[in-house]
Amino acid sequence: MIRLSIQARQALARLTLPVLILASFGLMLLGKADTLLAEKLRSSLADGLAPIYRALADPLDHARATWNDMIDLWTMREDNARLRAENDQLRRWQSIALALDAENQRLKASLHWIPDPTASYITARVVADAGGQYAKAVLLSVGPNHNIRKGEIALDDRGLVGRVTEVGARTARVLLLTDLNSRIPVIMETSRAHAILIGTNNIRPRLVYWAEGATPKEGERIVTSAEANAFPANLPVGTVHYAANGVPEVEPAAQLNKLEIVRIFDYGQNGLNGPEPIASADAKPSAPRPAPLHITPATH
Amino acid sequence: MAWIDRRPGVRPRPSLGRRLDVAARVSFPAGITVVLMLLMEVPLGITGQSALLPAVTLCCVWFWSLVQPQYLPPLVVFFIGLLLDLLAYFPFGVGTLTLLCCHGIAVAVRRSIVLRGFGVIWLCFIPIALAAALLMWLLVALLMFRLLSPAPALFQAVVTIVLYPALAVPLGAAQRSITSPERV
Repeated sequence: MIRLSIQARQALARLTLPVLILASFGLMLLGKADTLLAEKLRSSLADGLAPIYRALADPLDHARATWNDMIDLWTMREDNARLRAENDQLRRWQSIALALDAENQRLKASLHWIPDPTASYITARVVADAGGQYAKAVLLSVGPNHNIRKGEIALDDRGLVGRVTEVGARTARVLLLTDLNSRIPVIMETSRAHAILIGTNNIRPRLVYWAEGATPKEGERIVTSAEANAFPANLPVGTVHYAANGVPEVEPAAQLNKLEIVRIFDYGQNGLNGPEPIASADAKPSAPRPAPLHITPATH
Repeated sequence: MAWIDRRPGVRPRPSLGRRLDVAARVSFPAGITVVLMLLMEVPLGITGQSALLPAVTLCCVWFWSLVQPQYLPPLVVFFIGLLLDLLAYFPFGVGTLTLLCCHGIAVAVRRSIVLRGFGVIWLCFIPIALAAALLMWLLVALLMFRLLSPAPALFQAVVTIVLYPALAVPLGAAQRSITSPERV
């Protein structure tokens, strides 16, 4: 070790902080210049930490389930009454859905409809928040031999969650549809008008660029559009809700604030059918599905 | 040689066990900070959980920089900042710069406030937390070249300020018993 005088050592000690502050600015430049480096470092760190988070997930789930059980016991009476009413309503809807499904099958048979290929999917557990404060994303723990690729689509049991943006050796990062950088081509279900859903980092993303005369209606269902081949058509996204300032927003169907299990669908380049085709309330045949592998013209 | 061993006085022979013991005590401030940071990333299902990570990191850096800066040198703060950038998905440099500034201020003012008691330390931490949240927000907005809503920054500042007592009390106990046991 080099022996330095006390003065030299003190001077060096005083210099460390300014030098490191300068290094931080250098780091900012480096991060701007080489965005792949940050991505690579993050995904390798996530790969290393994923087993720890996975091990912690089970006891956490257990604690959460116990807590929810306690709350459920407390509200059991009201829940029962509400569920009975809901059950009656759902039974009516079920009969309508069955009739529509039968009719749909008949119409498809008479049209010689070629069924869309069903997409393969992987179920993965959400192990950590991967967005921080200024982004909305989650980290999934996937097996070491997964074949998840960037751009694949994540859904929970209720609707669209987002898209895979980064893939590591045993983790994948899913950018949620509420993220500031999220842009999703959507269709309003009743008017079949196209629009773009843009994330704002808030709970509800905003709906913009709809065609003139096709103003989104409160409570209208929003599904994905196959425009630009980024998403398959007709995945449930959410329902329109007007904010207090008159801006149409979409209440996501997926439970984005308590994601636990997510399915990653591989639609490939030409798989355009959703995993759960929506039983549309109107019986008339909807707009024809765009053919795979070419950019579709607007259908209206 | 660790700082503990540099002071004059009678002490046991530097055997392997003793050296390990000293190393564990010396690395405790940085170690507990990193462990707490990693724990904050576990999905707890709390809304606004993402504010916890920068808040906890800032509280830890402020606490240890005030109480025992010799165990949290600037280089360690830099690496903690780098870990914060990676874990919190900030653009590179945001966490390092903020934490280094916080550390620098803490080291500069520690002689005048550290003996005045917890209340004064907490009061001094309020503007630090606000400034840190503002700096992070500003840097993120600049580096992403996006106008961001200031609400998360404000929320982070509030969380940081509220969280400080909850962290400082156990950390203070740990400091008395682990990093400077000879002062008891």
